[in-house]
Amino acid sequence: MKQVFKRPQALSDTVMHYCPGCTHGIVHRLVAEAIDELGILDRTIGVASVGCSVLAYEYFECDFQEAAHGRAPAVATGIKRVLPDRVVFTYQGDGDLASIGTAEIIHAATRGEKITVIFINNAIYGMTGGQMAPTTLLGQKTTTTPRGRLAEYHGQPIRICEMIKELDGAAYVTRVASNSPRNIAVAKRAIRKAFQVQLLGLGLSLVEVLSTCPTNWGLTPVESMKWLEEKMMPHYPLGEFKSPGEVK
Amino acid sequence: MLHEILIAGFGGQGVMSMGMLLAYAGMTEGLKTSWMPSYGPEMRGGTANCSVVIASDAIGSPLVTEPSGLVVMNLPSLEKFERKVKPGGLMVINSSLVKKKASRDDIEVLYVPANDIADELGNPRVANMVALGAFVAKLRPVKLDSVKASLKKVLPERRHDLIPLNERALDRGAGLVD
Amino acid sequence: MLGELLLMKGNEAVAEAAIRAGCRHFFGYPITPQNELPEYMARRLPEVGGVFVQAESEVAAINMVYGAAGAGARVMTSSSSPGISLKQEGISYLAASELPCLIVNMMRGGPGLGGIQPAQSDYFQATKGGGHGDYHLIVFGPESVQEMVDLTPLAFDLADRYRNPAMILGDGILGQMMEPVELSEMLDVQLPPKEWATTGRSGGRRHVVSSLYLDSSELEKLNKRLQDKYLEIMRTEQRWESLDVEGAEVVLVAYGTTARVVKSAMNLAREEGIRVGLIRPITLWPFPTKAFESLEDVGRFLVVEMSSGQMVEDVRLVVNGRWPVSFYGRTGGVVPDPKDILARIRELARGGGTR
Ligand SMILES: Cc1ncc(C[n+]2csc(CCOP(=O)(O)OP(=O)(O)O)c2C)c(N)n1
Ligand code: SF4
Repeated sequence: MKQVFKRPQALSDTVMHYCPGCTHGIVHRLVAEAIDELGILDRTIGVASVGCSVLAYEYFECDFQEAAHGRAPAVATGIKRVLPDRVVFTYQGDGDLASIGTAEIIHAATRGEKITVIFINNAIYGMTGGQMAPTTLLGQKTTTTPRGRLAEYHGQPIRICEMIKELDGAAYVTRVASNSPRNIAVAKRAIRKAFQVQLLGLGLSLVEVLSTCPTNWGLTPVESMKWLEEKMMPHYPLGEFKSPGEVK
Repeated sequence: MLHEILIAGFGGQGVMSMGMLLAYAGMTEGLKTSWMPSYGPEMRGGTANCSVVIASDAIGSPLVTEPSGLVVMNLPSLEKFERKVKPGGLMVINSSLVKKKASRDDIEVLYVPANDIADELGNPRVANMVALGAFVAKLRPVKLDSVKASLKKVLPERRHDLIPLNERALDRGAGLVD
Repeated sequence: MLGELLLMKGNEAVAEAAIRAGCRHFFGYPITPQNELPEYMARRLPEVGGVFVQAESEVAAINMVYGAAGAGARVMTSSSSPGISLKQEGISYLAASELPCLIVNMMRGGPGLGGIQPAQSDYFQATKGGGHGDYHLIVFGPESVQEMVDLTPLAFDLADRYRNPAMILGDGILGQMMEPVELSEMLDVQLPPKEWATTGRSGGRRHVVSSLYLDSSELEKLNKRLQDKYLEIMRTEQRWESLDVEGAEVVLVAYGTTARVVKSAMNLAREEGIRVGLIRPITLWPFPTKAFESLEDVGRFLVVEMSSGQMVEDVRLVVNGRWPVSFYGRTGGVVPDPKDILARIRELARGGGTR
């Protein structure tokens, strides 16, 4: 009998704590599949951030460090500088990467750290219960934007890929989404490519994944997929913003 | 007088507002009260509970570890909290959802088909009020009328049209106790 | 002066108390278990003409507080342990520049990312400075939502009077619990004149808010002035509650949530005929040394904390060997059980060990 579906080796046999309809789990799986396919499980070190994915180190089979809120790129820098032949990746939410950790991501990219950054953009703070994220859309209601996000009061939502791509040390910058089988297949290829860029030592690779948070969006899982497509994608267009010629 | 009460169930079952109603009712009766929720990520989709203390004197810890009164709205809560009830205490079980019987024989147990009665009343969301009505009628930490009077303070304004229904649910629960 | 009794969460009650005490500016960053405080401010401040900003980090939030305080506003921020650690740099600058503000810490278990359940393990950080340099905050350790609400305007007033940051040191329980609370009316607060604030010269003198002193003797002068101020605060601002201390076989010392649990344990001890007393510091800095000074007929002390033993050091300093001082603590978010405290009290009343 041919086996057609199994848990990637890089993913541990642990029940994830994510809410129904949350796409954190899907992205974990994509990362694990990429690690499997590249055969790098034994030399990969992950860095978990502070957010709903704080327990990511429980879900992967590779080595992991847990970083302070926002500091994962700095922690990853430390690891990579000690172990330049290992594969190092961070897994960060939008609060973690685009708010408290902007200095760290900008400077890791500027330095061209040879690390891979998986950036989960769900337009809200999940873990702490639905506060505004830097990526929260205009008009979006959160617990700290009870009347909806207003440009003149709360500022505009931040586009990370568009910002990072300008930095010379960033080698691969792309935005993908986790809402449909087609988009997930694209996301999978992007994540594998990001690791390949790191393996070739080309610079920092960053994959932004548009994701859902049904719990704090106050939507059902199905409504969330629709909201991602209809509300998030217009503001956060998908596609490669920067890509080295060496990797297809 | 000291009642240490724990109310536990699924996230969306309204266990938090059951506790708040008790605390509010206690306050309006001039008693000392406190309400303390479980908090943290485990609440999402999982179990939620709140501690309520109603006392004639100043309240020590608002965290109830050995309840004298327990309401369990679902099975995981029964499994987690039954053994913690003080001997001689009261446990109300939502028997619509919890098919298991209590295993303790040193406490008083009241089986309340809260969801079935709520369905009869036409709104499954008032199952919590049925259970609360029975609990209050049996343990009498506060008067049922004080609980009813607290509804408009505890329910958000957009739910005030449901107050009569909530009152009926409380009465139906209380009616199970003589 | 007081309004109706309300049932409010500690986090929300402090926020409303701050607004009624004239606070119109709040800068914060989400962290459990204090999120309801900034969330309340986000809803409520715009209604009263105030400003709420969710900063990009605690580092930014505390520096927004620095700017706003320097501009003369009654301003506040709140966080919980890991976030308060990040604010330490800014707090040191606030203390050095003598800027008044209120910082709320709803403590959770540490160290590191720790957990989100209540703890009291930031006592050292709060009372001994916390950041770099020689400085102190005025630190309050309320035991109930009501006391937290009552101390909020006082904290703002003392911060203004002494030009010094003040802190309310609560914990996850005080932030999350609901209790009946009476709030004062909205006060028509007249802030004391802040001649030093940078509000634009507008014809008058130029003002500078800074903590840079390259000349050592100038910096020493600042330090002397700060120390004189701290002495004055220690002389005049100690607050505490004493219960049945004289004649007690065991005097308990506890603050905040732990003091409530200790009071339950004391009731149990009294039922067994043990004479127990309590000293409950309300100001943690200045530590209420006066509560200990004139004591005579006391058996021994038992300090209880949700930490591995921090305030106990201050108790040992002030008791200074006159009586044995024992300690009982729980950590990591575990709240002590009155029965376990009772067991320690019993042991000590029978003349048991010192630790
Ligand atoms: C210094 C510090 N500040 C605040 C927090 C609280 N905190 C935990 S997770 C989080 C934000 C999570 O949001 P995001 O990064 O978007 O991830 P998500 O939960 O949405 O996956 C915050 C603010 C913390 N742990 N440490
Ligand atoms: S809160 Fe949101 S981001 Fe967190 S696990 Fe639930 S759905 Fe996912």
